[in-house]
Amino acid sequence: MFAETPLVRRKLRQQAVAKWAFCAMAASMIIPLVLIVGYLVVRAWPSLSLGFLVDMPTNHMRDGGVWPALIGTIYLVVLSLAVSAPIGILAAVYLNEYARDNWLNRLVNVAVINLAGVPSIVHALFGLGAFVYAARFGLSIISASLTLAIMTLPVIIASTREALASVPRSFREACWNVGASRWQTIRAVVLPNSISGILTGVILQVSRAAGETAPIMFTGAVFFKAIQKGNPFPYGLHEACMALSMHLYTLATQVPDVKESVPFATAVVLLGAVLVVNAAAIALRVYLRSRKKW
Amino acid sequence: MSDPHIVVQDLRLSYGPKEVIHGISFQIQRHEIFGIIGPAQSGKTSLLRCINRTIDFSPEASVAGAVMVNGQDVWSLKDVHGLRRRIGMVAPLPVGLPLSIYDNVAFAPRCAGLTQRSELDGLVERCLRQAALWDEVKDRLDSLGTKLSGGQQQRLTIARALSHQPEILCLDEFSIAIDPVTTMRIEDVLKELRRQMTIILVTNLTQQARRLASRTLFLWSGRIIELDRNDVIFSDHPANRKTYEYVNGIFG
Repeated sequence: MFAETPLVRRKLRQQAVAKWAFCAMAASMIIPLVLIVGYLVVRAWPSLSLGFLVDMPTNHMRDGGVWPALIGTIYLVVLSLAVSAPIGILAAVYLNEYARDNWLNRLVNVAVINLAGVPSIVHALFGLGAFVYAARFGLSIISASLTLAIMTLPVIIASTREALASVPRSFREACWNVGASRWQTIRAVVLPNSISGILTGVILQVSRAAGETAPIMFTGAVFFKAIQKGNPFPYGLHEACMALSMHLYTLATQVPDVKESVPFATAVVLLGAVLVVNAAAIALRVYLRSRKKW
Repeated sequence: MSDPHIVVQDLRLSYGPKEVIHGISFQIQRHEIFGIIGPAQSGKTSLLRCINRTIDFSPEASVAGAVMVNGQDVWSLKDVHGLRRRIGMVAPLPVGLPLSIYDNVAFAPRCAGLTQRSELDGLVERCLRQAALWDEVKDRLDSLGTKLSGGQQQRLTIARALSHQPEILCLDEFSIAIDPVTTMRIEDVLKELRRQMTIILVTNLTQQARRLASRTLFLWSGRIIELDRNDVIFSDHPANRKTYEYVNGIFG
């Protein structure tokens, strides 16, 4: 009754081939990551130490640590997201929950999509014109952070809208039916059930803000800046700062005779910082998902 | 016919260019159970959405004509949320909000500004009892409403619709997701509730309308075919031949 006809055999063979092909593609994703991280760590090994994190660069940046760049990157990332996350989330809530499908809404949509596709160097030129010159913030942490904020804003809007749209409409209708206003509905049902997705979208932008060099190199990041050691807030907001991505670029292209392991160690620090943030994001998401309610 | 509770006058509704309700008029008396029957796409749900103005959330909908509740035109109302609180609405598919059972029922009163825990406790218990759900959930009011079975969620939806103490209760095919025994229990509840409120019962089960309603409206693609007392609609000789055929399931 269940004889293995040629048709059945072919079906099973196709199934096996497909499964292994997909599995191989998925597994191959691990290879570049292992290679990159392994290569970086091996080359950076002579310089890697806790001191590298908290020391100033020495000998005209040819040796020493990355302390000012690390602190500068933290400044830039925190400030830029402090600007872009609230604006982006509120804008997305408006677009997804309040706005009707009219020409203004569609225009905003087109703007968001196109802004998300603008190359970072173009954002840099915009930041240079708007913040450094027009707003007279000069070459400063403010200018660089605002430029990064503009760069991350459209992606935050898009990912937040996605998260909001994943909450079923029937929940909203049930709230409206009992006389809840739109805001009461958003507060009680929509936001609590989309917050994990919203936060994930925001935190993914951390790595982008930390990794981009182009937007900050004309607006606030400098080759070298001496800062007070031991002071956790060594930069003023109107000062220029160092940043890991910029530091890496400088070491790799502008400084002759750098100790070989230093740029690699800088890259490891940058990668490590991003991985720490992403790991935190995953942990947060798992926690919030566990509280998800349907 | 004195002081009707709801008056619908020449109501027209279109979604974009497509008109789905073509000018219907009827009145619903206080404390009656008013049945609405008719096949899919005949405009039953849209009609209910016009009465509590959730049609506002369909931007492509445009409405003409009047819907009056207690003699007041709902389209000129300022406090639309107050209107919706006076009308309980139960949707066809059960929607337990992703909140605890307690919060599901307490949600509407809280939105209306009630915060006193003791009052809320009493209200939640009364509504859950009225919806024939209290005995099954009284020991786990803190668990999620979404984790209940379909039938329980539907009764939770009914409890939520009762929680804002409406004067009108609209049931939109409430029984399609629940078993016959539970359905009968809820029908008994409705007969009780009728003393306190007017009930609009939209149903695909013509026998349900026959059991519960005092009058039934037969809606057919946006037009009223017939509206009359149940003993006429469900008799052998309703005014319209179509009504007889629909009610008795001999449609060709």
